[in-house]
Amino acid sequence: MSLLELRDLRVTYRSERGDVPAVRGVSLTIERGQTVGLAGESGCGKSTIAGAVLRLLPKGTLVEGSILFDGEDVYEMTPGRLRAVRWSGAAIVFQGALHSLNPVRRVGSQIEEAIMLHSADLGLDRSQARRRVGELLERVGLRVDRARSYPHQMSGGQRQRVLIALALACEPDLLIADEPTTALDVMVQAQVLALLADLQADRGLALLFITHDLSVLNSVCERLMVMYAGRVVEEGPSRELFADPRHPYGRALSQAFPTIGDRASRMHPTGLPGDPPDPAALPSGCAFHPRCDVAIDECSALDVALRDVNAGHRAACVHVEPPNKRVTNKSVTS
Amino acid sequence: MSDLLRLRDVHVTFPGGSKSTVVRAVDGVDLAVAAGEVLALVGESGCGKTTLIRSILGLEPIASGSVEFDGEPVTGSRRALRDLRRRVQMIFQDPSGALNPRQTIYEAVAEGIRIHGVPGREVDLVADALSRAGLRPAERYMSRYPHEVSGGQRQRVLIAGAMVLQPQLLLADEPVASLDASIRGEILALMRSLVDDTGISIVAVTHDLGLAWNIADRIAVMYLGRIVEIGGAEEVLADPQHPYTKALLSVVPEADRMEQQILVGETPDPAAIPGGCRFHPRCPVVASGEAERLGILDQCLGVDPALVDTAPDRAVACHLTVTRGG
Repeated sequence: MSLLELRDLRVTYRSERGDVPAVRGVSLTIERGQTVGLAGESGCGKSTIAGAVLRLLPKGTLVEGSILFDGEDVYEMTPGRLRAVRWSGAAIVFQGALHSLNPVRRVGSQIEEAIMLHSADLGLDRSQARRRVGELLERVGLRVDRARSYPHQMSGGQRQRVLIALALACEPDLLIADEPTTALDVMVQAQVLALLADLQADRGLALLFITHDLSVLNSVCERLMVMYAGRVVEEGPSRELFADPRHPYGRALSQAFPTIGDRASRMHPTGLPGDPPDPAALPSGCAFHPRCDVAIDECSALDVALRDVNAGHRAACVHVEPPNKRVTNKSVTS
Repeated sequence: MSDLLRLRDVHVTFPGGSKSTVVRAVDGVDLAVAAGEVLALVGESGCGKTTLIRSILGLEPIASGSVEFDGEPVTGSRRALRDLRRRVQMIFQDPSGALNPRQTIYEAVAEGIRIHGVPGREVDLVADALSRAGLRPAERYMSRYPHEVSGGQRQRVLIAGAMVLQPQLLLADEPVASLDASIRGEILALMRSLVDDTGISIVAVTHDLGLAWNIADRIAVMYLGRIVEIGGAEEVLADPQHPYTKALLSVVPEADRMEQQILVGETPDPAAIPGGCRFHPRCPVVASGEAERLGILDQCLGVDPALVDTAPDRAVACHLTVTRGG
């Protein structure tokens, strides 16, 4: 049984101006100990997926399809069961560490509170909980006496570590990290990524890592999924997808951050013209076609489903032909 | 090429938490920027890179040292500053925060024209600036408000507002850090084309070495208020000499060709700059024992290394380089 399974997930925000489809049919599976990266830009629905998994979306949001955590439908859980799953099953680290911590309480007591809420499940009393706070801080590379600091006394990187410690407080099986390193310096980002890799290796933690930076995902995750306008447009093994993306949008993301030393990108930054579409007013056909440099006439009418590129590598593009149907140079000459 | 901007031993200090402490945010910087070049000023948060570019505009008072712009010393007189602030423009990381939400895009670009009395018909100047920043047709954007356009377009509005004053130098503080990945390249391409088309110079403050590879002619690496390595962008990125530059380069996510050197600990505190080489507490060469084997450990711990030329247009502040070079 998979740890997390999303089956044809659709999320629609209800607003006075009409329905906004944020996620339009996403399926994904994460096995225990597996790391999956979800890439995409503002408004593509990736953070909505994070919120949907733990039922953290605003009231009235329409969620269709199913989300199974350890085989159990998250949307059929009782409030008590859901609360238990939220911390000890799956936990989330959000972007913007400054705002997620209570500014007037010491960070140690905030972590302790999370542990005490689940003390029955964890079997810890208060003094054991306090010891655990120290262990968690050390685990994320902070000094134990940092427990007595207030959030404003810490740097951005330190606060991000506190949030990771908080997320790990109840030993979850799955960590959902939504842009956890986006506001951080390169060196602190490297520290946080190394920490996540350690946790995955030591504890078998499964990770759903969400960011717009495909090169970060490639360095951390086994599998990548690229989202555009609420859909997965490409998915596959990290290395293969990053080195040989088949969807034009996957290609744009993989080239967005240059490889230093690559002559083609020297003095030649490449981006995509246009902007991510407004989820409330999606283009017809393939939602990417207005920004696509290889779009053909039918792209404005036809929204192609994911097609097989190779084993485990799929892309939703009219230009992708299944491997066995492809006419290669070899077969032409032979 | 003549120097457009020349900093000599610039120091900027702030009062610290207690009476006796002083925060040495910029601690002796020598830097020259030629006309028509892009310089990437690279370093971690707190290294003083933003303070340094703010001091060029007189936004931070300089404690000692001098700034020369276009051959003239920058003085504190109001008239001189006003003139400087037309010829040197600045754009920021967060375009949303830098634009007045109640001002139309037209007003945002026209404001500078009015303040500095730029000659010409205002509406033509605004239209020309917007279309040169890639907002075409300009008329479609003029009456919109910042929240009605995307983040990438807001950054283009800021660039238009800066370029309409025909500056000689653009200071860009993390110009693409808050933009979506696919937009990043478009904005960098715009910045590079401004340099190639108009001969303007750009100093881009960033922690993104990929930006430097994409658009910069030269790189200056800053650590705790001081430039520790400077040179041509390709030379520095292909063959970094300072251990700090090497470490920064090794943690770029795509750099799987190099062994990662993740420096431990937090970015150090400019209120307590270590003695000797300021990088020694985090330096992999010291930590690995290599400095001791080479007999330079005493210098690393006790002597503040100067920025020494190692090649034409290349300088490094590290005892190891001096030892190996000599």
